[in-house]
Amino acid sequence: MTKQHANWSPYDNNGGTCVAIAGSDYCVIAADTRMSTGYSILTRDYSKIHKLADKAVLSSSGFQADVKALQKVLTSRHLVYQHQHNKQMSCPAMAQLLSNTLYFKRFFPYYAFNVLGGLDENGKGCVFTYDAVGSYEKVGYSAQGSGSTLIMPFLDNQLKSPSPLLLPAQDAITPLSEPEAVDLVKTVFASATERDIYTGDKLEIMILKADGIKTEVMDLRKD
Amino acid sequence: MFRNQYDTDVTTWSPTGRLFQVEYAMEAVKQGSAAIGLRSRSHVVLASVNKAQSELSSHQWKIFKVDDHIGVAIAGLTADGRVLSRYMRSESINHSFTYESPLPVGRLVVRLADKAQVCTQRSWKRPYGVGLLVGGLDESGAHLYYNCPSGNYFEYQAFAIGSRSQAAKTYLERRFESFNESSREDLIKDAILAIRETLQGETLKSSLCTVSVLGVDEPFHFLDQESIQKVIDTFEKVPEEEEDGGEAEAEAAAAPAEQGGAGDQDVAPMEM
Repeated sequence: MTKQHANWSPYDNNGGTCVAIAGSDYCVIAADTRMSTGYSILTRDYSKIHKLADKAVLSSSGFQADVKALQKVLTSRHLVYQHQHNKQMSCPAMAQLLSNTLYFKRFFPYYAFNVLGGLDENGKGCVFTYDAVGSYEKVGYSAQGSGSTLIMPFLDNQLKSPSPLLLPAQDAITPLSEPEAVDLVKTVFASATERDIYTGDKLEIMILKADGIKTEVMDLRKD
Repeated sequence: MFRNQYDTDVTTWSPTGRLFQVEYAMEAVKQGSAAIGLRSRSHVVLASVNKAQSELSSHQWKIFKVDDHIGVAIAGLTADGRVLSRYMRSESINHSFTYESPLPVGRLVVRLADKAQVCTQRSWKRPYGVGLLVGGLDESGAHLYYNCPSGNYFEYQAFAIGSRSQAAKTYLERRFESFNESSREDLIKDAILAIRETLQGETLKSSLCTVSVLGVDEPFHFLDQESIQKVIDTFEKVPEEEEDGGEAEAEAAAAPAEQGGAGDQDVAPMEM
Protein backbone atom coordinates (compact mmCIF):
# COMPACT_ATOMS: atom_id res chain seq x y z
CA MET A 1 0.00 0.00 0.00
CA THR A 2 1.80 3.18 -1.21
CA LYS A 3 1.41 6.42 0.69
CA GLN A 4 -1.34 8.73 -0.50
CA HIS A 5 0.02 11.97 -1.84
CA ALA A 6 -1.59 15.37 -2.01
CA ASN A 7 -3.41 16.18 -5.24
CA TRP A 8 -2.79 19.83 -4.54
CA SER A 9 0.30 21.86 -3.61
CA PRO A 10 0.19 24.96 -1.46
CA TYR A 11 3.19 26.29 -3.37
CA ASP A 12 3.83 27.64 -6.84
CA ASN A 13 7.01 29.03 -8.35
CA ASN A 14 6.67 32.41 -10.00
CA GLY A 15 10.20 32.31 -11.35
CA GLY A 16 12.62 35.18 -11.77
CA THR A 17 16.14 35.95 -10.66
CA CYS A 18 17.64 38.19 -7.98
CA VAL A 19 21.22 39.41 -7.68
CA ALA A 20 23.09 41.60 -5.20
CA ILE A 21 26.67 42.88 -5.14
CA ALA A 22 28.35 44.65 -2.21
CA GLY A 23 30.83 47.47 -2.79
CA SER A 24 33.07 49.51 -0.50
CA ASP A 25 30.43 52.22 0.05
CA TYR A 26 27.47 51.00 -2.00
CA CYS A 27 25.28 47.98 -2.58
CA VAL A 28 23.59 46.99 -5.82
CA ILE A 29 20.40 44.93 -5.67
CA ALA A 30 18.81 43.81 -8.92
CA ALA A 31 15.97 41.58 -10.05
CA ASP A 32 14.02 40.97 -13.23
CA THR A 33 10.34 41.92 -13.34
CA ARG A 34 8.82 38.85 -14.94
CA MET A 35 6.27 36.88 -12.93
CA SER A 36 5.31 33.52 -14.38
CA THR A 37 3.48 30.29 -13.54
CA GLY A 38 4.30 27.13 -15.37
CA TYR A 39 5.01 28.10 -18.96
CA SER A 40 2.79 31.20 -18.82
CA ILE A 41 3.59 34.77 -18.00
CA LEU A 42 1.40 36.41 -15.33
CA THR A 43 2.91 39.87 -15.73
CA ARG A 44 6.00 41.52 -17.18
CA ASP A 45 6.06 44.28 -14.59
CA TYR A 46 6.30 42.92 -11.06
CA SER A 47 8.90 44.21 -8.62
CA LYS A 48 10.71 41.62 -6.54
CA ILE A 49 12.67 44.24 -4.62
CA HIS A 50 11.35 45.64 -1.35
CA LYS A 51 12.90 48.26 0.89
CA LEU A 52 12.69 47.13 4.50
CA ALA A 53 14.78 49.87 6.14
CA ASP A 54 16.87 52.84 5.07
CA LYS A 55 19.91 50.60 4.82
CA ALA A 56 18.38 47.19 4.08
CA VAL A 57 16.71 46.09 0.87
CA LEU A 58 15.27 42.64 0.29
CA SER A 59 14.99 40.89 -3.05
CA SER A 60 13.25 37.51 -3.27
CA SER A 61 12.36 35.05 -5.96
CA GLY A 62 10.16 31.99 -5.57
CA PHE A 63 6.47 31.93 -4.62
CA GLN A 64 5.47 35.59 -4.67
CA ALA A 65 2.48 35.14 -2.36
CA ASP A 66 4.87 33.86 0.31
CA VAL A 67 7.33 36.62 -0.59
CA LYS A 68 4.65 39.27 -0.09
CA ALA A 69 3.64 37.75 3.26
CA LEU A 70 7.29 37.66 4.33
CA GLN A 71 7.80 41.30 3.33
CA LYS A 72 4.73 42.33 5.33
CA VAL A 73 5.86 40.47 8.45
CA LEU A 74 9.34 42.02 8.26
CA THR A 75 7.92 45.51 7.69
CA SER A 76 5.67 45.19 10.74
CA ARG A 77 8.53 43.87 12.87
CA HIS A 78 10.67 46.79 11.71
CA LEU A 79 8.01 49.25 12.89
CA VAL A 80 8.02 47.60 16.31
CA TYR A 81 11.82 47.85 16.40
CA GLN A 82 11.68 51.54 15.52
CA HIS A 83 9.18 52.22 18.31
CA GLN A 84 11.34 50.39 20.82
CA HIS A 85 14.79 51.65 19.79
CA ASN A 86 13.97 55.01 18.25
CA LYS A 87 16.06 54.23 15.18
CA GLN A 88 16.04 52.18 11.99
CA MET A 89 17.32 48.61 11.90
CA SER A 90 20.83 48.07 10.58
CA CYS A 91 21.36 45.61 7.74
CA PRO A 92 23.04 42.94 9.91
CA ALA A 93 20.19 43.20 12.40
CA MET A 94 17.63 42.80 9.62
CA ALA A 95 19.64 39.85 8.32
CA GLN A 96 19.27 38.04 11.64
CA LEU A 97 15.57 38.94 11.85
CA LEU A 98 14.97 37.52 8.39
CA SER A 99 16.76 34.31 9.30
CA ASN A 100 14.69 33.90 12.46
CA THR A 101 11.47 34.69 10.65
CA LEU A 102 12.20 32.05 8.02
CA TYR A 103 13.13 29.38 10.55
CA PHE A 104 10.00 30.15 12.53
CA LYS A 105 8.17 28.45 9.66
CA ARG A 106 10.62 25.56 9.42
CA PHE A 107 7.82 23.01 8.98
CA PHE A 108 5.75 24.98 6.45
CA PRO A 109 8.37 27.24 4.90
CA TYR A 110 8.09 30.50 3.04
CA TYR A 111 8.87 29.45 -0.51
CA ALA A 112 11.15 32.43 -0.89
CA PHE A 113 14.76 32.58 -2.05
CA ASN A 114 16.13 35.74 -0.53
CA VAL A 115 18.99 38.09 -1.05
CA LEU A 116 19.31 40.92 1.44
CA GLY A 117 21.47 43.88 0.45
CA GLY A 118 22.41 47.06 2.23
CA LEU A 119 25.01 49.02 4.15
CA ASP A 120 26.44 47.88 7.45
CA GLU A 121 27.09 50.04 10.51
CA ASN A 122 30.34 51.31 8.95
CA GLY A 123 28.73 52.32 5.68
CA LYS A 124 30.26 49.42 3.76
CA GLY A 125 28.11 47.38 1.40
CA CYS A 126 26.88 44.01 2.63
CA VAL A 127 24.97 41.16 1.03
CA PHE A 128 23.33 38.25 2.84
CA THR A 129 22.11 35.17 1.00
CA TYR A 130 19.52 32.73 2.30
CA ASP A 131 17.88 29.40 1.72
CA ALA A 132 14.12 28.88 2.23
CA VAL A 133 14.43 28.05 5.94
CA GLY A 134 16.75 30.79 7.10
CA SER A 135 20.28 29.47 6.73
CA TYR A 136 22.28 32.57 5.85
CA GLU A 137 25.74 33.88 5.20
CA LYS A 138 27.33 37.27 4.68
CA VAL A 139 28.89 37.35 1.23
CA GLY A 140 30.27 39.86 -1.25
CA TYR A 141 27.75 38.94 -3.96
CA SER A 142 24.95 36.47 -4.59
CA ALA A 143 22.31 35.32 -7.06
CA GLN A 144 19.05 33.50 -6.26
CA GLY A 145 16.17 32.22 -8.36
CA SER A 146 15.70 30.50 -11.69
CA GLY A 147 18.70 32.19 -13.34
CA SER A 148 21.04 31.81 -10.39
CA THR A 149 22.81 28.73 -11.77
CA LEU A 150 23.64 30.71 -14.91
CA ILE A 151 24.71 33.87 -13.11
CA MET A 152 26.56 32.68 -10.01
CA PRO A 153 29.48 30.98 -11.80
CA PHE A 154 30.07 34.12 -13.82
CA LEU A 155 30.03 36.32 -10.71
CA ASP A 156 32.48 33.89 -9.12
CA ASN A 157 34.73 34.34 -12.10
CA GLN A 158 34.54 38.15 -11.95
CA LEU A 159 34.27 38.83 -8.24
CA LYS A 160 35.50 35.78 -6.41
CA SER A 161 36.11 36.80 -2.86
CA PRO A 162 38.25 34.86 -0.38
CA SER A 163 36.44 32.30 1.73
CA PRO A 164 34.98 33.71 4.95
CA LEU A 165 36.41 30.66 6.72
CA LEU A 166 40.00 31.77 6.12
CA LEU A 167 42.03 33.29 8.92
CA PRO A 168 42.79 36.15 9.22
CA ALA A 169 39.33 37.26 8.13
CA GLN A 170 39.41 38.84 4.68
CA ASP A 171 36.99 41.26 3.16
CA ALA A 172 34.27 39.95 0.90
CA ILE A 173 33.62 43.37 -0.58
CA THR A 174 34.37 43.83 -4.23
CA PRO A 175 36.89 46.50 -5.19
CA LEU A 176 34.76 47.36 -8.21
CA SER A 177 33.38 50.87 -8.51
CA GLU A 178 29.63 51.44 -8.50
CA PRO A 179 29.25 52.03 -12.25
CA GLU A 180 31.34 48.91 -12.93
CA ALA A 181 29.17 46.83 -10.62
CA VAL A 182 25.96 48.11 -12.24
CA ASP A 183 27.39 47.28 -15.63
CA LEU A 184 28.27 43.78 -14.48
CA VAL A 185 24.70 43.28 -13.24
CA LYS A 186 23.28 44.38 -16.58
CA THR A 187 25.61 41.99 -18.38
CA VAL A 188 24.74 38.95 -16.25
CA PHE A 189 21.02 39.56 -16.57
CA ALA A 190 21.22 39.96 -20.33
CA SER A 191 23.03 36.61 -20.46
CA ALA A 192 20.67 34.84 -18.07
CA THR A 193 17.66 36.13 -20.04
CA GLU A 194 19.00 34.40 -23.15
CA ARG A 195 18.86 30.89 -21.72
CA ASP A 196 16.45 31.05 -18.74
CA ILE A 197 12.85 31.21 -19.93
CA TYR A 198 11.67 32.53 -16.57
CA THR A 199 13.96 35.57 -16.63
CA GLY A 200 13.33 38.58 -18.85
CA ASP A 201 11.06 41.56 -19.63
CA LYS A 202 12.70 44.25 -17.50
CA LEU A 203 15.56 44.58 -15.07
CA GLU A 204 15.12 46.68 -11.93
CA ILE A 205 18.33 47.85 -10.27
CA MET A 206 18.46 49.54 -6.85
CA ILE A 207 21.69 51.23 -5.79
CA LEU A 208 21.99 51.84 -2.05
CA LYS A 209 24.40 54.44 -0.79
CA ALA A 210 24.78 56.46 2.40
CA ASP A 211 22.94 59.42 0.90
CA GLY A 212 19.96 57.45 -0.42
CA ILE A 213 18.57 54.92 -2.87
CA LYS A 214 18.59 55.24 -6.65
CA THR A 215 16.52 53.03 -8.94
CA GLU A 216 17.22 52.20 -12.56
CA VAL A 217 15.16 50.13 -15.00
CA MET A 218 16.55 48.43 -18.10
CA ASP A 219 14.73 46.47 -20.78
CA LEU A 220 15.44 42.78 -21.23
CA ARG A 221 14.39 40.36 -23.94
CA LYS A 222 10.69 39.60 -23.73
CA ASP A 223 10.67 36.11 -25.25
CA MET B 1 -19.46 61.15 53.88
CA PHE B 2 -19.94 57.61 52.55
CA ARG B 3 -16.85 57.96 50.41
CA ASN B 4 -14.48 55.93 52.55
CA GLN B 5 -16.86 53.02 53.00
CA TYR B 6 -17.41 52.25 49.33
CA ASP B 7 -14.07 53.06 47.81
CA THR B 8 -12.05 49.92 48.53
CA ASP B 9 -12.96 47.93 45.41
CA VAL B 10 -13.50 49.15 41.90
CA THR B 11 -16.42 46.73 41.74
CA THR B 12 -18.28 48.32 44.65
CA TRP B 13 -20.96 50.90 43.93
CA SER B 14 -21.60 53.76 46.33
CA PRO B 15 -25.21 54.41 47.42
CA THR B 16 -25.24 57.41 45.10
CA GLY B 17 -24.30 55.28 42.09
CA ARG B 18 -20.64 56.15 41.85
CA LEU B 19 -17.53 54.04 41.48
CA PHE B 20 -15.05 55.87 43.66
CA GLN B 21 -11.98 53.95 42.52
CA VAL B 22 -12.64 55.15 38.98
CA GLU B 23 -13.03 58.71 40.20
CA TYR B 24 -9.82 58.43 42.19
CA ALA B 25 -8.10 57.25 39.01
CA MET B 26 -9.30 60.41 37.28
CA GLU B 27 -7.71 62.38 40.13
CA ALA B 28 -4.37 60.83 39.22
CA VAL B 29 -4.69 62.42 35.79
CA LYS B 30 -5.14 65.82 37.37
CA GLN B 31 -1.90 65.39 39.33
CA GLY B 32 0.27 64.80 36.26
CA SER B 33 1.98 67.68 34.47
CA ALA B 34 0.00 69.37 31.74
CA ALA B 35 -0.62 68.06 28.25
CA ILE B 36 -2.42 69.98 25.53
CA GLY B 37 -3.91 69.11 22.18
CA LEU B 38 -5.41 71.24 19.43
CA ARG B 39 -6.55 70.54 15.91
CA SER B 40 -7.34 72.36 12.72
CA ARG B 41 -8.89 70.91 9.59
CA SER B 42 -5.55 69.57 8.44
CA HIS B 43 -3.21 69.39 11.42
CA VAL B 44 -3.06 68.24 15.03
CA VAL B 45 -0.61 69.63 17.57
CA LEU B 46 0.19 67.92 20.87
CA ALA B 47 2.25 69.72 23.48
CA SER B 48 3.37 68.94 27.01
CA VAL B 49 5.27 70.45 29.89
CA ASN B 50 8.67 68.87 30.61
CA LYS B 51 8.63 68.00 34.26
CA ALA B 52 11.71 66.41 35.77
CA GLN B 53 11.88 64.64 39.14
CA SER B 54 14.97 66.64 40.09
CA GLU B 55 17.57 68.81 38.44
CA LEU B 56 19.76 65.76 38.07
CA SER B 57 17.30 63.64 36.08
CA SER B 58 15.89 63.84 32.60
CA HIS B 59 12.26 64.74 32.06
CA GLN B 60 9.35 62.34 31.54
CA TRP B 61 8.44 61.59 27.94
CA LYS B 62 4.73 62.34 27.72
CA ILE B 63 4.14 62.37 23.99
CA PHE B 64 4.43 59.18 21.95
CA LYS B 65 4.26 58.40 18.27
CA VAL B 66 1.71 55.70 17.63
CA ASP B 67 2.01 55.74 13.86
CA ASP B 68 2.85 58.23 11.13
CA HIS B 69 -0.68 59.54 11.38
CA ILE B 70 -1.41 59.23 15.11
CA GLY B 71 0.25 60.63 18.22
CA VAL B 72 -0.71 60.52 21.88
CA ALA B 73 0.01 62.83 24.81
CA ILE B 74 -0.52 61.52 28.34
CA ALA B 75 -1.01 62.89 31.85
CA GLY B 76 -1.05 60.91 35.07
CA LEU B 77 0.71 57.63 35.77
CA THR B 78 3.17 57.75 32.91
CA ALA B 79 3.99 54.06 33.28
CA ASP B 80 0.35 53.22 32.53
CA GLY B 81 0.56 55.64 29.63
CA ARG B 82 3.61 53.91 28.21
CA VAL B 83 1.90 50.53 28.35
CA LEU B 84 -1.21 51.90 26.62
CA SER B 85 0.96 53.56 23.96
CA ARG B 86 2.54 50.20 23.27
CA TYR B 87 -0.95 48.72 22.90
CA MET B 88 -1.94 51.48 20.50
CA ARG B 89 1.19 50.97 18.42
CA SER B 90 0.50 47.26 18.26
CA GLU B 91 -3.11 47.83 17.16
CA SER B 92 -1.98 50.26 14.51
CA ILE B 93 0.65 47.90 13.13
CA ASN B 94 -1.77 44.97 13.07
CA HIS B 95 -4.38 47.04 11.26
CA SER B 96 -1.84 48.16 8.66
CA PHE B 97 -0.75 44.55 8.20
CA THR B 98 -4.28 43.24 7.65
CA TYR B 99 -5.84 46.11 5.71
CA GLU B 100 -2.76 47.78 4.18
CA SER B 101 -4.16 51.14 5.24
CA PRO B 102 -3.78 53.42 8.25
CA LEU B 103 -5.94 52.76 11.29
CA PRO B 104 -8.76 55.32 11.54
CA VAL B 105 -8.36 57.30 14.77
CA GLY B 106 -11.95 56.77 15.86
CA ARG B 107 -11.49 53.00 15.80
CA LEU B 108 -8.34 53.21 17.89
CA VAL B 109 -9.89 55.30 20.63
CA VAL B 110 -12.88 52.96 20.93
CA ARG B 111 -10.55 50.02 21.47
CA LEU B 112 -8.61 52.03 24.01
CA ALA B 113 -11.81 53.01 25.80
CA ASP B 114 -13.04 49.41 25.87
CA LYS B 115 -9.71 48.34 27.31
CA ALA B 116 -10.04 50.95 30.04
CA GLN B 117 -13.62 49.90 30.78
CA VAL B 118 -12.55 46.33 31.46
CA CYS B 119 -10.46 47.58 34.35
CA THR B 120 -13.51 49.20 35.90
CA GLN B 121 -15.41 45.94 36.05
CA ARG B 122 -12.89 43.40 37.35
CA SER B 123 -12.23 43.06 41.04
CA TRP B 124 -8.64 41.93 40.48
CA LYS B 125 -7.73 44.91 38.32
CA ARG B 126 -7.41 48.63 38.84
CA PRO B 127 -8.26 51.41 36.40
CA TYR B 128 -5.44 52.89 34.29
CA GLY B 129 -4.33 56.08 36.03
CA VAL B 130 -3.67 58.03 32.88
CA GLY B 131 -5.57 60.39 30.60
CA LEU B 132 -4.72 60.26 26.92
CA LEU B 133 -5.00 62.95 24.31
CA VAL B 134 -5.06 61.04 21.04
CA GLY B 135 -4.48 63.16 17.96
CA GLY B 136 -4.60 61.78 14.46
CA LEU B 137 -5.41 62.16 10.83
CA ASP B 138 -7.45 59.79 8.72
CA GLU B 139 -9.72 59.81 5.69
CA SER B 140 -12.37 61.76 7.57
CA GLY B 141 -9.95 64.51 8.57
CA ALA B 142 -8.01 65.57 11.63
CA HIS B 143 -9.22 64.42 15.05
CA LEU B 144 -8.40 64.97 18.69
CA TYR B 145 -9.83 62.67 21.35
CA TYR B 146 -9.54 62.49 25.11
CA ASN B 147 -9.62 59.04 26.74
CA CYS B 148 -10.41 58.84 30.47
CA PRO B 149 -9.55 56.13 32.97
CA SER B 150 -13.30 55.62 33.23
CA GLY B 151 -13.48 54.25 29.71
CA ASN B 152 -15.20 57.31 28.35
CA TYR B 153 -13.86 59.23 25.41
CA PHE B 154 -14.78 62.51 23.79
CA GLU B 155 -13.77 64.34 20.67
CA TYR B 156 -12.40 67.85 21.01
CA GLN B 157 -11.30 70.80 18.94
CA ALA B 158 -8.80 71.55 21.68
CA PHE B 159 -8.26 70.27 25.19
CA ALA B 160 -5.84 70.33 28.10
CA ILE B 161 -5.31 67.80 30.89
CA GLY B 162 -3.10 67.56 33.95
CA SER B 163 -2.16 70.06 36.64
CA ARG B 164 -3.06 73.71 36.03
CA SER B 165 -4.78 72.65 32.82
CA GLN B 166 -7.71 74.91 33.68
CA ALA B 167 -5.61 77.93 32.77
CA ALA B 168 -4.84 76.42 29.38
CA LYS B 169 -8.47 75.41 28.89
CA THR B 170 -9.59 78.99 29.55
CA TYR B 171 -7.17 80.22 26.92
CA LEU B 172 -8.32 77.58 24.45
CA GLU B 173 -12.01 78.23 25.13
CA ARG B 174 -11.54 81.80 24.03
CA ARG B 175 -9.90 80.90 20.74
CA PHE B 176 -11.05 77.41 19.71
CA GLU B 177 -13.64 78.58 17.21
CA SER B 178 -10.88 79.81 14.92
CA PHE B 179 -8.73 76.69 15.14
CA ASN B 180 -10.39 74.78 12.32
CA GLU B 181 -9.18 77.33 9.79
CA SER B 182 -5.84 77.98 11.53
CA SER B 183 -2.62 77.59 9.66
CA ARG B 184 -0.08 75.06 10.89
CA GLU B 185 2.11 77.81 12.33
CA ASP B 186 -0.74 79.51 14.19
CA LEU B 187 -1.82 76.19 15.64
CA ILE B 188 1.68 75.58 16.98
CA LYS B 189 1.82 79.07 18.40
CA ASP B 190 -1.52 78.59 20.14
CA ALA B 191 -0.32 75.30 21.61
CA ILE B 192 2.80 76.92 23.04
CA LEU B 193 0.79 79.84 24.39
CA ALA B 194 -1.60 77.40 26.03
CA ILE B 195 1.38 75.67 27.62
CA ARG B 196 2.56 79.03 28.89
CA GLU B 197 -0.77 79.47 30.66
CA THR B 198 -0.10 76.39 32.76
CA LEU B 199 3.29 77.62 33.86
CA GLN B 200 1.74 80.23 36.16
CA GLY B 201 4.24 83.00 35.63
CA GLU B 202 7.34 80.91 35.01
CA THR B 203 9.26 82.22 32.01
CA LEU B 204 8.54 80.10 28.97
CA LYS B 205 11.64 78.45 27.50
CA SER B 206 11.86 75.81 24.79
CA SER B 207 13.52 73.43 27.27
CA LEU B 208 10.34 73.48 29.36
CA CYS B 209 8.06 72.07 26.70
CA THR B 210 7.77 69.36 24.07
CA VAL B 211 5.73 70.00 20.93
CA SER B 212 4.70 67.52 18.25
CA VAL B 213 2.87 68.03 14.95
CA LEU B 214 1.13 65.83 12.43
CA GLY B 215 -0.92 66.72 9.41
CA VAL B 216 -1.77 66.17 5.79
CA ASP B 217 1.53 65.26 4.04
CA GLU B 218 3.31 65.57 7.37
CA PRO B 219 3.92 62.42 9.41
CA PHE B 220 4.02 62.69 13.20
CA HIS B 221 7.24 64.20 14.45
CA PHE B 222 8.59 66.33 17.30
CA LEU B 223 9.62 69.93 16.81
CA ASP B 224 13.24 70.57 17.70
CA GLN B 225 14.18 73.03 20.45
CA GLU B 226 15.26 75.69 17.94
CA SER B 227 11.90 75.79 16.17
CA ILE B 228 10.05 75.98 19.46
CA GLN B 229 12.32 78.77 20.71
CA LYS B 230 11.73 80.71 17.49
CA VAL B 231 7.98 80.62 18.07
CA ILE B 232 8.44 81.63 21.72
CA ASP B 233 10.62 84.54 20.64
CA THR B 234 7.83 85.97 18.50
CA PHE B 235 5.72 86.69 21.56
CA GLU B 236 8.04 86.66 24.56
CA LYS B 237 10.38 89.38 23.29
CA VAL B 238 7.85 92.18 22.89
CA PRO B 239 5.07 91.53 25.40
CA GLU B 240 4.00 95.19 25.95
CA GLU B 241 3.80 96.28 22.28
CA GLU B 242 0.84 95.70 20.00
CA GLU B 243 2.48 93.49 17.32
CA ASP B 244 2.72 89.72 17.92
CA GLY B 245 2.77 90.56 21.59
CA GLY B 246 -0.90 91.39 21.01
CA GLU B 247 -1.35 87.88 22.44
CA ALA B 248 0.23 88.81 25.75
CA GLU B 249 -1.83 91.99 25.90
CA ALA B 250 -5.11 90.15 25.39
CA GLU B 251 -4.24 87.73 28.16
CA ALA B 252 -3.20 90.44 30.58
CA ALA B 253 -6.54 92.14 29.96
CA ALA B 254 -8.83 89.11 29.91
CA ALA B 255 -8.17 87.07 33.07
CA PRO B 256 -6.59 89.36 35.65
CA ALA B 257 -5.98 86.93 38.55
CA GLU B 258 -3.25 84.57 37.28
CA GLN B 259 -2.55 86.27 33.95
CA GLY B 260 -1.64 89.49 35.76
CA GLY B 261 1.27 87.63 37.27
CA ALA B 262 2.23 86.19 33.86
CA GLY B 263 2.08 89.69 32.36
CA ASP B 264 4.48 91.05 34.95
CA GLN B 265 6.90 88.18 34.39
CA ASP B 266 6.90 88.94 30.65
CA VAL B 267 8.28 92.40 31.27
CA ALA B 268 11.46 91.09 32.87
CA PRO B 269 12.95 89.39 29.75
CA MET B 270 12.59 92.61 27.79
CA GLU B 271 14.52 94.51 30.39
CA MET B 272 17.40 92.04 30.24
